[in-house]
Amino acid sequence: MSSPSIEAVNLSKRYGSFSALSNLNLKIEGSKCVGFLGPNGAGKTTTLKLFTDMIRASEGKALINGISVHENKKKALASVGSLIESPEIYPSLTPRDALSMVAEIRGMPRSDRKKKIEEVVAEVKMEEWLDKKVGKFSKGMKQRINISAALLSEPEILLLDEPSTGLDPRGMSEVREIVKSLKHKNRLIFMSSHLLNEVSEICDEVAMIDHGKLLVYDKLNNVVSRFSGDGGEIIIDVGLSRDIDDQTISRSISSLSGVVSAEKLEMKSLRIKFSGTLENQEKLLSDLVALKIGLVSFHPSSSALEDTYLNMIKATL
Amino acid sequence: MSSSSLKADPVVLPNLPSSIAQIGVMTKYELLNYFRSRRFFILLIIDLIISSIFTALVAYYGVSSFATAALGFYSFWWGNSITLVVILSGIFFGGDAISGEFQNKTGYFLVGNPLRRSSIYVGKWIAALTASLIILAIYAAIAIGNGIYYFGANLPYQFGESLIFSVLYLIAVLGFTFFFSSLFKSSSMSILVTAILFLFAFSLIQVIVSTLAQVEPWFIITYGSGIIGNVLTDPYPTTQTVRGGFRGDTSRVFAVSIPEGIAILVGYFVVTAVLGLLFFERKEFT
Ligand SMILES: Nc1ncnc2c1ncn2[C@@H]1O[C@H](COP(=O)(O)OP(=O)(O)OP(=O)(O)O)[C@@H](O)[C@H]1O
Ligand SMILES: [Mg+2]
Repeated sequence: MSSPSIEAVNLSKRYGSFSALSNLNLKIEGSKCVGFLGPNGAGKTTTLKLFTDMIRASEGKALINGISVHENKKKALASVGSLIESPEIYPSLTPRDALSMVAEIRGMPRSDRKKKIEEVVAEVKMEEWLDKKVGKFSKGMKQRINISAALLSEPEILLLDEPSTGLDPRGMSEVREIVKSLKHKNRLIFMSSHLLNEVSEICDEVAMIDHGKLLVYDKLNNVVSRFSGDGGEIIIDVGLSRDIDDQTISRSISSLSGVVSAEKLEMKSLRIKFSGTLENQEKLLSDLVALKIGLVSFHPSSSALEDTYLNMIKATL
Repeated sequence: MSSSSLKADPVVLPNLPSSIAQIGVMTKYELLNYFRSRRFFILLIIDLIISSIFTALVAYYGVSSFATAALGFYSFWWGNSITLVVILSGIFFGGDAISGEFQNKTGYFLVGNPLRRSSIYVGKWIAALTASLIILAIYAAIAIGNGIYYFGANLPYQFGESLIFSVLYLIAVLGFTFFFSSLFKSSSMSILVTAILFLFAFSLIQVIVSTLAQVEPWFIITYGSGIIGNVLTDPYPTTQTVRGGFRGDTSRVFAVSIPEGIAILVGYFVVTAVLGLLFFERKEFT
């Protein structure tokens, strides 16, 4: 089985004396989704632009499937779909025109083009707009077409820079579904995002960057447990179907095993700080159910990544 | 982390079209954009207005007020207007060809695809040339139509030469405007500067250099374009030394010869094409 890869070797980018990316060494290989996290200005877009030869490296190399993007862009990007910094399509063209252009540039067989274009446009729910001029589209509609353009040639590698920018909540969840479905097709997805719940839901691994420096690259679980698990706490948000009184919280819930603290967020939700293993978490969930407080939701993961993120980023300021 | 102890098979890359084919795709969609965005039709209308003015002048004052033979007729019509038509094409199709891709972020849509940057540049250039040639052909057809109406169907061979030189000038102008637009990141700025250069600046420098400094302005593209009109003049004008000025000084009036003119236009095209490609190749999509 073939295995797609992207690799940064001592990759650096300076603007004048300002270092936007310094000495990035990162190799991602195989079919997986890697979330690329970091605060504004951390260097995420810079990294993705270096991987698509939109900007030149000051030092080092960006390799895709072992091929240098700068030296042999055409070959390196042959099986890469990318979406970086919300590009614009000529306003007088329709999505069908723009996607046909991409299809022809990428040499998709003529017989497949029409069907494939209609498929990807349906995937981003823009069928009705296929033959309307892009100039009149809203930001989110354009972003949907950009996503479909990245998916069009069924590339093995997807480089996505905040793909859900500008999308409505349904659009964001559709993007998550699209990315999830791609994971089953032997794809490598490298995706920057500020949506930690998105990343923790769909990504297998995360890379974190700040001030142009890579802080960590590891499996999502490892990152979370390494930087907030041991000694630290996980935050669990609990949703309830009815109001809960303070006594129940302070007496029953706070004394459950592993619970560090519990506080009421709103009328029908609780935030529990918890420390323990996954098995302890399972126990906590069943204990909460047994309390018959009207438990309807139990969300540990996203906040755990958020905690990690905040810890990591704070540490380098 | 991922234990890739097993050597992975090389990834099978899809078969991409040749760069030539990709240039063709770029040209096709750029032309589609010209037609859809009405840019082409606006320029066509401007050129039709110029044609109508000439047609009306000749019809109203009578052809004999302007020319007594076919060659003189084409000299009056073609010689006086074609450089403007070419320059307008250069401004419309070349003025923001590259800068617009940055300002409007349309370049970002293409540049992440597996094609050489030079293919984008060349494809767009060929589209601009094609669109300009269509307009030039229509403009020529109207001039020729009038010429045939007044002086019969035998076209002077010099007009054929002038046509060829006009196309050469068009190629040089588009080479230049594309190069120039690759220096800017703002559409309107690059259009404005190109327009000022071709409509005023070059002619002004030419006048200053040739009349005041008495140097042949061989380094100016508009001087080279002089062959388009010169070839329609019989006999072909040559550089003259004339007596004039208050103290009876001699001064020279320069006329570009055909080989010189061709060399200037070809030189401009080659240099600006190479520079434009280099600039675009190195330009950053920041
Ligand atoms: N053209 C440029 N000239 C100078 N500095 C630049 C340029 N482009 C980016 N930078 C700087 O490089 C740094 C990294 O920017 P980058 O766009 O990669 O951040 P990012 O991680 O994508 O941030 P965000 O989350 O806001 O998108 C920033 O500090 C930015 O100011
Ligand atoms: Mg960014």
